[in-house]
Amino acid sequence: MTKLIIILLSAVFINNYVLSRFLGICPFLGVSKKLDSATGMSLAVIFVMLLATAATYPIQFYLLEPNNLGYLQTIVFILVIAALVQLVEITLKRYIPSLHKSLGVYLPLITTNCAVLGVTILNVQDYPVTETTTFWWGFAQSMINSLGSGLGFLLAMVMFSGVRSAIEANDVPKSFKGLPITLVAAAITSLSFLGFGGVIENLFA
Amino acid sequence: MTEILTAAIPVVIIGVICAAVLVVASKLMAVKEDERFPKVRECLPGANCGACGYAGCDGYAKAMCEDPTVPTNLCIPGADAVSKQLSEVLGVEFADVIEQVAVVHCSGDCDHTRDKVDYQGIESCAAAKLMYGGKGSCTYGCLGLGDCQKVCPHDAICIENGIARINTRECVGCGMCAKACPNHLISLVADVERVVVACNNKDKGAATRKVCSRGCIGCRKCVKACPLGAINVVDNVAVVDYEKCENCPDFGVCAKSCTTGCIVLTDLSGSHRFK
Repeated sequence: MTKLIIILLSAVFINNYVLSRFLGICPFLGVSKKLDSATGMSLAVIFVMLLATAATYPIQFYLLEPNNLGYLQTIVFILVIAALVQLVEITLKRYIPSLHKSLGVYLPLITTNCAVLGVTILNVQDYPVTETTTFWWGFAQSMINSLGSGLGFLLAMVMFSGVRSAIEANDVPKSFKGLPITLVAAAITSLSFLGFGGVIENLFA
Repeated sequence: MTEILTAAIPVVIIGVICAAVLVVASKLMAVKEDERFPKVRECLPGANCGACGYAGCDGYAKAMCEDPTVPTNLCIPGADAVSKQLSEVLGVEFADVIEQVAVVHCSGDCDHTRDKVDYQGIESCAAAKLMYGGKGSCTYGCLGLGDCQKVCPHDAICIENGIARINTRECVGCGMCAKACPNHLISLVADVERVVVACNNKDKGAATRKVCSRGCIGCRKCVKACPLGAINVVDNVAVVDYEKCENCPDFGVCAKSCTTGCIVLTDLSGSHRFK
């Protein structure tokens, strides 16, 4: 149980996908202008990350590994994630149109979000099924890690949309206006997350 | 060869399964879309100005498809041409569009009113309004920092001598400026009208007089002068009731009677008449 909590917290703070692993930068810079769209995007990412892990983890260990096809994981995972997101979109459009409308354009955008692919690949790397660990233990760890990664994405997006709205209200030098100052701010935000290094492991030691 | 096959076949199988699932799902859970919607949407200009009262052109097109009682003449920027196309696509009777243009209800330019502070903040009316109601001595008047100018999609607004001026020849009547003005000074008026009250100061006459020599002091001379009773004084400012005003034979008596010159006679024919 402690292991799971450590995985969750370190996925949120230490190995934050955006700020420490630099995955999913595109939506991080593109959709973080407004708080409501930032949260909408992040919630969609959390949902897709969980779903993608739930689908790809069994594929890796029941289909690819037994047939020595581990090297196909990238292409197979992309295929599965893309189909999955499409399926979710079709289902939402039919049964929960209000949610479909609010997620809007973000859902298809996530199809090609590298943070989602990154989470699934790192899951099968970090929490594999071996002689000592069962499938379900690895699966639980992976799901918790996906949840934590999604929450970390949400945290980064929400924080950064705050930073950006503060930048908007300020008088920025002309040469720094727009993307340059945003990138500088993103770098400093990511530096601040370095401070979490080592905190979580020692919390339960 | 076998290595390639053992790699390719599972990927192909997964792909085919995914495709099959998606095809079945999209067939099973298909949402019916009105086939008229894309046609209707194409008729609209796509400026998403919201003048029709719906959330953008998509919203208006959807409403027209779903509810036949929604009138086709709500798109003011599109004017008669769009209304005609819409009535053809939807198969309803053509309804004339009342073309509108935006009008600024303030004439307090630099010659008639003064600044009370030297404002050096953000160049935006909305921001300036938060500082004691703006830099001008009249807190109802045009702030002159051009929030309306920034939102105007047709460059029809310029800031001239400290207040916003609308070039009605360019104005399509979308009403974006009316929403942007923090003092609610801009309203949409049918382009056949010719009388405009260019003041919005709701203070008593003496107080208005102190801050602006063009302000409406609520003296009611225009109310008495108008033969049709189309002018009323509401909250110390004259208001023209355009349903009653007919640009009458005595045209201009209201403007002549005005002691401060805040009733203006203009030609509001907008871009619709010149295209």
